[in-house]
Amino acid sequence: MLLALPALLGLVVATFILSRVIPGDAAATLAGDAATPAQIADIRARYGLDRPILEQAIIHVRQVLTGDLGNSIFTGRPVAEEIAQRLPATLELTFAALLLSTLLGVPLGLIAALDHNGPADHLVRLVSVAGLAIASFWLAIMLQMVFSMELDWLPLRGRIDVALGLPPRVTGFLLIDCLLAGDGRRLSSAMLHMLLPALTLSLPGLATIARFTRSGVLETLQKDFVLYARAAGYGRFRLAAIYVLRNAITVTVTQIGLLFGGLISGAVVVEAVFDWPGLGTYAVQAILAADYKALLAVTLVVGVVYAIVNVVVDVLQAVIDPRVSDGTR
Amino acid sequence: MSLLRRLLRDPVAALGLVIVIFAVLVAILAPWIAPYPEDAFESHLLQRLREPSVEFPFGTDNLGRDILSRVILGTRNALAVALSVVLASTVIGIPIGLAAGWKDGWLSDILMRLTDVFLAVPQLILALALGQLMAPGLGTAMVALALTYWPFFARTVFAETRRLRGALFVDALAGIGAHPLRILLLHVLPNAAPAILVRATIGMGFTILTAAILGFLGVGAVPPSPDWGLAVAEARQYLPEAWWFPTFPGLAILLLVLAFNLLGDGLRDAADPRLRRSRR
Repeated sequence: MLLALPALLGLVVATFILSRVIPGDAAATLAGDAATPAQIADIRARYGLDRPILEQAIIHVRQVLTGDLGNSIFTGRPVAEEIAQRLPATLELTFAALLLSTLLGVPLGLIAALDHNGPADHLVRLVSVAGLAIASFWLAIMLQMVFSMELDWLPLRGRIDVALGLPPRVTGFLLIDCLLAGDGRRLSSAMLHMLLPALTLSLPGLATIARFTRSGVLETLQKDFVLYARAAGYGRFRLAAIYVLRNAITVTVTQIGLLFGGLISGAVVVEAVFDWPGLGTYAVQAILAADYKALLAVTLVVGVVYAIVNVVVDVLQAVIDPRVSDGTR
Repeated sequence: MSLLRRLLRDPVAALGLVIVIFAVLVAILAPWIAPYPEDAFESHLLQRLREPSVEFPFGTDNLGRDILSRVILGTRNALAVALSVVLASTVIGIPIGLAAGWKDGWLSDILMRLTDVFLAVPQLILALALGQLMAPGLGTAMVALALTYWPFFARTVFAETRRLRGALFVDALAGIGAHPLRILLLHVLPNAAPAILVRATIGMGFTILTAAILGFLGVGAVPPSPDWGLAVAEARQYLPEAWWFPTFPGLAILLLVLAFNLLGDGLRDAADPRLRRSRR
């Protein structure tokens, strides 16, 4: 975690500089088309936009370090509050996608490896290459067209049936809140709403995980201890599930951490198509409104989440494979 | 040449190469092979949203334009954007990678930390922000994409330079008094070329995909450009009736990105068998 701090600080400074040196006048946007130059100057002074850029940068970093992300230039409300409102929706979606890609990707990779160069192997390889080549916005729209519009099996957009409304907010994670409220109808509605977005978002990860699991298992199958276990009479399935997978999975777990960055980017697109009220739609709104305060905060929060996920992954890896922590690997 | 021969021995990679060559030909010949080349800009409201037929194999869009023609004309845009972005990224990334990889020290540290910071920024959000703040358009999207893709080249070249700087032939060159710049440009860089080529090929696919996303979100190509991502966005309000409208531009994206990915994988295997396991 400590190692991630300099990178995060660099991120804060870099995004700040980027957001301030590129053209685009937040004050003018905020003041509106009919504003007089005096009004724009007034707004600029109020937000400190008239000070030298270096001074602005230092003020910004100091504020961030004290936990103050500032007020949105667009809505005037504290950015931290707005993000806290929306972060759970995005996390819920990305975790669901991550879960789907792991639950589907690991078995697919395992099956492919056990059927090396067989039909299942070729099929999985095709899926994994296509999964990385498909445009998520297109896939999302095609799924919507077939399952929501034509067949009417799944809801088109949003997090929950509008007629049901949201359950009392406890954690902000809709599925957990529904469970806490003991509300089965809302829970099933929320799950149905989540299915298509999570599936769309999971595809690139699923492809990557299947691929790494496949190569990890293939590599492990060459090891001496596998030969020994085979000689000792272990069945194919038992061997794969118990010994091989556990040895092969560490590579996959590292990948899951790296995937998270892509998932957040993917969430921007998927949230836009499914009207998912998360951080992705917030970022797009902030960008369209030239709300640099909000945008900086989103970038920072994403960076922090990314760092945390990777620490968790490191810990997980040490749990799964003790050789990682005592350095004998 | 032996690289090409090894590549062609892999049927899947060869397929990727064939599709890429086909797409390049389509892009070059687009105005001549498109059935209705004027449909890039003109509209014919009387024949809007027609189903696929012999006359219009992919149907027509909301302004009555032939979708097949626009998919063909869009190939040119997609490839031109991707090629420019990848070239610009190599121009930024390769010198940084060479400089950082050659000698350890403060310069190397600063360059690689800078690279890390750019890698840590969510690519799409940075591209979106730049695209919006610099006035949306294809040019802006290209600048944004290049700014977010160069770190991958810097990383690749950095790793290759570090690997090669300890090689015996580099020591020999230094021993006979060759200037470091000469060693880097004439000896290290050519040896790093296969790795750069692999990264560039995969980068082509990735850039086509990201450019399409920017077009879809409205910060890339602007109407009436025959952009694939833009077409899918325009199609949304005519669903589910006009199913052909988003389907074919999306398939074009899928096919071209798939081809570049297959080719990139094949190149990686052909260029260096040791790299086989480090797939990204």
